[in-house]
Amino acid sequence: MTPAPVPAAAGPPRWPRALLATHTAAIYLYLYAPIAVLVAFSFNRARQTAVWEGFTLSWYGELLHDDRLLRAARNSLLIAGLATALATLIGTMAALAFATPATPRARGRAITQVLLLLPVILPEVVIGAALLTLFGTLRLRLSLATVLIAHVVFSISYVALVVRARLAGLDPALAEAARDLGAGGWEVLRRVTLPLAAPGIAAGALLVFTLSIDDYVITSFVAGAGATTLPLHVYSLLKSGVTPEVNAVSTALLAVTVAPIVTAHRLLRREAGGPA
Amino acid sequence: MARHPRQNGGPAQPPDRLPAQPPDRPPAQPPDRPPAPARPRWRLGAAALALPAWLALGLFFLLPLVLMLGVSGSQRGVYGGLQPIPDLAAYLRSGAFLASYRQSLQGLYLGIAWRSLWMAALTTGVCLAIGFPAAYALALHAPRRRKGLLLGLVVVPLWSSFLIRTYAWMFILRTEGLLNHLLLGTGLISRPLPLLYTGGAVMAGLVYGELPFMILPLYAALERLDRSLLEAAADLGASRAAVLRRVTVPLALPGIAAGVVLVFIPSLGQFVVSDLLGGAHTMLLGNLIQNQFAVARNQPFGAALAFELTAAVLLLLAAGTHLARRASPGEAGGRPAGWELL
Repeated sequence: MTPAPVPAAAGPPRWPRALLATHTAAIYLYLYAPIAVLVAFSFNRARQTAVWEGFTLSWYGELLHDDRLLRAARNSLLIAGLATALATLIGTMAALAFATPATPRARGRAITQVLLLLPVILPEVVIGAALLTLFGTLRLRLSLATVLIAHVVFSISYVALVVRARLAGLDPALAEAARDLGAGGWEVLRRVTLPLAAPGIAAGALLVFTLSIDDYVITSFVAGAGATTLPLHVYSLLKSGVTPEVNAVSTALLAVTVAPIVTAHRLLRREAGGPA
Repeated sequence: MARHPRQNGGPAQPPDRLPAQPPDRPPAQPPDRPPAPARPRWRLGAAALALPAWLALGLFFLLPLVLMLGVSGSQRGVYGGLQPIPDLAAYLRSGAFLASYRQSLQGLYLGIAWRSLWMAALTTGVCLAIGFPAAYALALHAPRRRKGLLLGLVVVPLWSSFLIRTYAWMFILRTEGLLNHLLLGTGLISRPLPLLYTGGAVMAGLVYGELPFMILPLYAALERLDRSLLEAAADLGASRAAVLRRVTVPLALPGIAAGVVLVFIPSLGQFVVSDLLGGAHTMLLGNLIQNQFAVARNQPFGAALAFELTAAVLLLLAAGTHLARRASPGEAGGRPAGWELL
């Protein structure tokens, strides 16, 4: 085989740059165009929503007078706030359990790991149905409390996974140095491990907030009559028809979910120094 | 992240600090302060730290699953509740506890299961086909300082409201929607096309919702791939296609397996997309299960279906993990790659 006249500039074989770049741009367009359209039309004056007739904020104004919507939003914020606090606490503790020096009893860790992964893996429909079965068996009335329980349960794992990844990325020498300098277990935790893990914990908390405020499937199983959350309310609106108000609510819900995730992403990335 | 192999934290971790200690410890350490007593205290501490999670997940996750397993073996009562079982042994011997599972094998339900499976498979295939080139471009072509931003732009849709992202497609596809409006405006069509409430609409929504789950692990795998191997293959005369087929793809296999699992599983249990974009015509397993609990009030049947779905998901996951692990024997754990990307 005669060596082809390859230019000396070695490097991984390059695919046509322009083609790949165009494809990638198209992917980003696909990811963002539908959202952009939705947001844009929430400012559209027209009631017949596919035609642009001028800019208005009136749909947002109407939202502020919609009592059912406001009650649902209040419920959602309450649930998301409480779920975030509880799940972050429990999940962080579980992650810390993994950060202690490996002990011979690795089986406990393995089982805990599986237990923490299952809620992330199982379909939401299954989790919702199982919780409904539990509450039915216990004859618990479905209420905001049952929604809160459900949200905490499916969120713990996310916090544990994020915080654990953060802890695993830390230099074990730091905690070791503190211990060598005479710090007790509690002191090491409070003054070395937790401050170092803080960005991960904050990111986990923001994730929980996002998951909780947006959850529809599990909530739909365990929410009682008086316990409508924002996604449940929005869903019932979507089923009944598209109106400019729905676009406005959607944009608001989108903003509420995007803001925490952008923050979380920045938190986790700042110290990692660039991607992966 | 390559600095700390512990990140892949598999169950069987070696006591990782051991190698670092012996060289400097024994001489420096006075014999009156041995490190040993610290260990048992920590072990207790670890159990105590994990206890709240165990309680919460045990009571509100494992117990519900066990109860649901029981329900799946019961039979529906006259008024929608469960029929009491007077003699458990006789009931078990009669095989009546399998009634709901047998019901799920009827043609109508098998059809729904089949549709769920192939729609999930198609979604996964499309995501892989359009996600791989994008992940490749991000990992190997994008300028280094732009990568963080470009990657962030893939992550954000993943966590922003799924409900609203699905609704966006309703807005675009419905009869009076944007797409029909545009098509009518250009004169390509003379009357609105029925785009919403079709299998195609469900596919568009599924791919749209799951695509980031495919791109992220693919990116993670391609990013850590040793470029010199690609160069070597090219230097040895392999064509671009051959390098891709025989070097890049095999090395990215763990990422591909992770992406396939991460896309296939949620698609299989999908509920919102098929409900909003498909309507009654494209009922999937998730909708069928929800229906049994919320509308049909046949909890045993719903529970049986839920367990069949769970079994399918766990089998797929095991297969995916096995594949990923076989593809990269060096890496312990087999945790889906890309988790660390959020």
